[in-house]
Order: sequence, then C-alpha cells, then structure tokens
Amino acid sequence: MKILVPLKRVPDPDTKIRVRADGSAIETDGVKYTVNPFDAIALEEALRLREQSGTVEILVISIGTAVCQEQLRAGLAMGADRALLIRHDGETDSLGIAKILAELVRRERPDLILMGKQAIDDDSNQTGQMLAGLLGVGQATFISRLTIAPGSGRATCCRETDSGLETVTVSLPAVVTTDLRLNEPRYVTALGIMKAKKKPLEEIDAASLGVDIRSRTHVTRLTRPKGRSAGVRVRTVDELLQKLREEARVI
Amino acid sequence: MTHMTPPKLLVIAESERDGLKLVTLAAVGCARQVAEATGGRFDILVIGAPVQAAVDALQGYGAANIFVAEAKELAVPTADNYAHVIVDVARMHGATMLTAAASTFSKDILPRVAALLDAGMLSDVTAVVPVGDEYTFDRVMYAGNVIAAVTLDGPVKVFTVRASAFPAAEKSGGQSPVVPIAVDRASLPNRIETHDRVATPSGRPDATEARVVVSGGRAIKNAADFERLVGGLADVLGAAVGSSRALVDAGITPNTLQIGQTGKAVAPELYIGLGISGAIQHLAGMKDSKVIVAINQDSEAPIFEIADYGLVGDVYAVVPELIGKLKLS
Ligand SMILES: Cc1cc2nc3c(=O)[nH]c(=O)nc-3n(C[C@H](O)[C@H](O)[C@H](O)COP(=O)(O)OP(=O)(O)OC[C@H]3O[C@@H](n4cnc5c(N)ncnc54)[C@H](O)[C@@H]3O)c2cc1C
Repeated sequence: MKILVPLKRVPDPDTKIRVRADGSAIETDGVKYTVNPFDAIALEEALRLREQSGTVEILVISIGTAVCQEQLRAGLAMGADRALLIRHDGETDSLGIAKILAELVRRERPDLILMGKQAIDDDSNQTGQMLAGLLGVGQATFISRLTIAPGSGRATCCRETDSGLETVTVSLPAVVTTDLRLNEPRYVTALGIMKAKKKPLEEIDAASLGVDIRSRTHVTRLTRPKGRSAGVRVRTVDELLQKLREEARVI
Repeated sequence: MTHMTPPKLLVIAESERDGLKLVTLAAVGCARQVAEATGGRFDILVIGAPVQAAVDALQGYGAANIFVAEAKELAVPTADNYAHVIVDVARMHGATMLTAAASTFSKDILPRVAALLDAGMLSDVTAVVPVGDEYTFDRVMYAGNVIAAVTLDGPVKVFTVRASAFPAAEKSGGQSPVVPIAVDRASLPNRIETHDRVATPSGRPDATEARVVVSGGRAIKNAADFERLVGGLADVLGAAVGSSRALVDAGITPNTLQIGQTGKAVAPELYIGLGISGAIQHLAGMKDSKVIVAINQDSEAPIFEIADYGLVGDVYAVVPELIGKLKLS
C-alpha cells in the first residue's frame, strides 16, 4: 500500500501572530514554523498503518519555497520513506493546492491520501474535500478512528461531526482527513533525524506540472480583531450575581 | 445600489429527519442581506428524506424558490452524493454564489462542490460587502488573531458563514414556491457508505444556538463532576454546555462540546468559563460572546484578560454556591 501525506509549513501554534502595520501580511520576524499539527497526526496514522501491516510506502509532500524542506525533513525523521517538494513561490489557495495534489495522485497512484482537516494558519478546512472531488473518489473527513482491514481495499472511519460520531466506509483510493483525537504524533528522535538525511527528497517545479493553480482568492488586507479588554474582578459569588443581574443584565 | 449583474444566491440548508438545523437561518440571513444590497435574489436548496419539516421551517424568509431534492438515497448526508446534487442545481439555475452556515455538514460538502464547479471558496466568513460588481469578504484566520479581507475571482463563489456573525433571518411573511428537483439516482456517485450515526444525547440546547453557554476546562476532573458543576449551572440558567479541548482529549466530554479554533464557534450573550485557562485556540471560538465570565483559581490565567467579570476561586467551591443561590432566586 502507498500513502500520500501532504505536510504544510505553518507558524507554530504557540507563536503569537502579529499583523504588519500596513496590513499587508503577518509579521514573520521571530516566527517559528512547524508541520501543521493536523498533518503530523495524518503522518502518525500512516506510520501506524505501516507498523501494523508492514508493506506501506509513505510519501510526504509539501508545496512552497525551499524553506518547506524543513517540514519534509521532519516528516522523514518521523518515519516517512520519501519526500517531494513542489516548488512554488506566490499566492495559492486551497483549490490550487488540491489541483497540484490531484496531479501528483495521478502520477504516484497512492491507495490513500491522509491529510490534516485544516491548516492552523488560514483555517480553511477545504483541501482534502476538494482533492476528493477533483479525483472523483470517496472522502472521510474529521476522523478520529481509521481501520483498514488488510487486502480489503476499504477504509472504515469514525468521523467527528457537530452532532456526534458517524462511521463511514470508503473504497480505496480515498481521501481521509484527520481530527485531533485520531492519535498523538510521536516525537522525532536523533536517530530519526540521522536516517532522514539519507532519504530521498525530490524537488519539482510547480509550473512543470501543467496545472492551473492561479489563486481565486486574494487577501487584500489583514487587520487585528477588535481587542477585548479585561473587565472587573469580583470577590464573591454574590457580587458576581449582582453584576450579571444589574449591570450586564444577562441573567 | 443595484449591481450590474445581480447575484443569484443558493443557500444550502442543513436538515435532519426532525427538521431544519437552526444555523441554516444565519446563512439565509446573510444571503438575504446580500440580495437586498445588490438587487439580487436567493434560493434555498433542501436535500434529504424526509424533508417536509425543514421545507416548512424555511417558509416566510423571502427565498425566490425553495428547491427540494428528496430521495431515500439522500436520507443521510454524504459528501459525494450531496455535492453531486448541489452542483446540478447550481448549474441548472445559474447560481453565482453558494453559501451555507459553517458546520461539519457544510465543511464536508461545500469544498467538494467548489472543486467540481472550479470555483474559489472561503470558509467561516463573518461579513460580505458588495463593492462595485464584486465583493469583499471578511474571515478570521490564525485562530482568530487576524481578520482578512478577501476577494474571490470567478463567475461562481462558494463560502460558508460563521453563524455567530450573522443574525438569524427573521420571517417577513409570504410563501416561497417549493420546486421539486428530480434526482437521477443512477448518476449518484455512492462512494461513501454510512453505517451508523450516533448523535450525542444532550437534552440541552446546542452551544451555537444558545443565549447562555457554560463551558468547562481541565479543572473539571471527571464526567460526573462535569455534569454536576457545568451541567448543573447550565440547567439553572437554561444554558448550553461546552468544553475546552483538554476535556475532550481526556474523554470527559464528547467532541460535540469542543469550542475553539478547531471546534465550534459560539457568540452567546453570556459565556461562563469554569477552570479554563484561555488558550488562544479556545478564545478563537468564544471571544465574540457579549459578556464573558471567568472563574479560575489562577489569578494570572489569560482568560481574565478578556473576561468582563473575573472571579478567582476554586470551581469546586464556587460553582455549587452559584447554583445554590441561583436556585433560591
Ligand atoms: C492545533 C490545535 C488546535 C486546538 N484547538 C482547540 C480548540 O478548538 N479548543 C480548545 O479549547 N483548545 C484547543 N487547543 C488546545 C489549547 O491550546 C489548550 O491546550 C486548551 O484549550 C486548554 O484547555 P483548558 O483551558 O481546559 O486547560 P488548561 O490550559 O490546563 O487550563 C486549566 C485551567 O484551570 C484552572 N484550574 C485548575 N483547577 C481549578 C479549580 N479547581 N478551580 C478553578 N480553576 C482551576 C487552571 O488555573 C488553568 O487556568 C488546540 C491546540 C492545538 C495545538
């Protein structure tokens, strides 16, 4: 079995994000970058499938400039077999990324595309579903459990929805997107990092793929949301109730 | 102002067997606002089986048409079949904007629709502003740290709206014609097989729809305490319950209760956080609440920086007292 796992380079979730004074972009000075946490969960799941059944090849892909090599190396250090960097510098949106991934799926023919449900920078939650649509294959989004019986050619997934849990089965190939509770990704070890250095990291120019990746979405301005300021401290339950009744009038 | 080319909006309703999901009304509210501002019109599409209750609930909001795709194959929403139907209807009726309330339903289906229509998409939109013949959309990014103004190219635009940012549509009277859509069963992709759907029983309102939300964090040690403290306080206030991710991860609360960047976004009139530290990812889902109350034993907890009323104390002592005093009054 072959599994493709896209890894997006995003600011670390613990980094404080600031908007540049001119509203053109976020401040990148001093920002630490990492693999999108949901993508790390996807890779962890692929590694676990390999540990269960042995014969799984795991290909990690990132789309962006040379700096994304860092995230691909991290993926290789976690245990992926091979990495592919699609070099692209400039605006992109989920649909453009999905089109690149669709082309790579046609070339690489994976059985499963395991991806994060959303990237924690733009918070769009779109790419996996778009990819499934472009490929005309099944999808299972926001999953918290994945089972693939060997040789079955099918994946059974538990999905987390707003009203509860849903179990679905999709035939492979399919696109599956991960929610936070699927697993806890392993840490990269020193040995993993050593091994990663010898693993193949291939680069392809996005323009050479022959897909139209012009972004349809254009961010024109970034602003900070209206801040809230701290209100008052109350000392007792009685004082709290009085404020809620007489000042805020919400109870 | 009338647009040169007034938009044709298509609102995708979210319905269950027992009727319409109320978040749909936020999308209807948005569509109506855009239609009124531009001289455009909006239609609503209801998919499922049975759909009558949802269709009835959508009457009176001023939709030009209520399209209904009813087929037993569509009783349970699956992204491939629903996307197929939505794309057909959008093409047939020349929809230029497709929208739905942001939820796991629309997030699963609409990106697939956008890809099939080769359209750009925006998620969790908080404002739609017509500008000339185009639009500027606001949406939040980076766990609510940034608001982006975004434009969307192309003849068809797809977006989900954050329900807490748009007032639910109000009835204005009048009946919308109900137009059945013929579903070609043989052409449905049927690539996703649903075995079971376990709705988390709650008996309490949904946090996205409630006027008051009581939310618990890691301070709460187990499910029984959650029910007694968070549930108990919610019940005396007629409120919904929510929780931080910490409790969902610990298996103390179900995923349906998670509020935050990767959970639900809520903006009730009153939000009460019990033993929640106020991580940015949690704030992303609740900081637009009108009044925020925080009860936390750590006087330095970041949630106090955004709370209107803060009480430093042990939730195990404070909350029973609060429940007791509310019951007395
Ligand atoms: C990619 C990603 C996505 C995430 N998405 C979300 C999300 O959607 N929603 C979300 O909530 N989190 C999310 N998180 C997690 C988030 O970063 C925090 O870890 C989480 O919100 C912390 O939950 P908490 O406040 O309950 O726990 P903690 O941060 O551990 O805080 C517990 C608080 O309780 C107080 N306390 C303890 N005991 C008592 C007591 N007896 N009485 C009073 N106070 C007490 C403590 O002082 C502390 O302030 C995400 C994280 C990542 C990396």
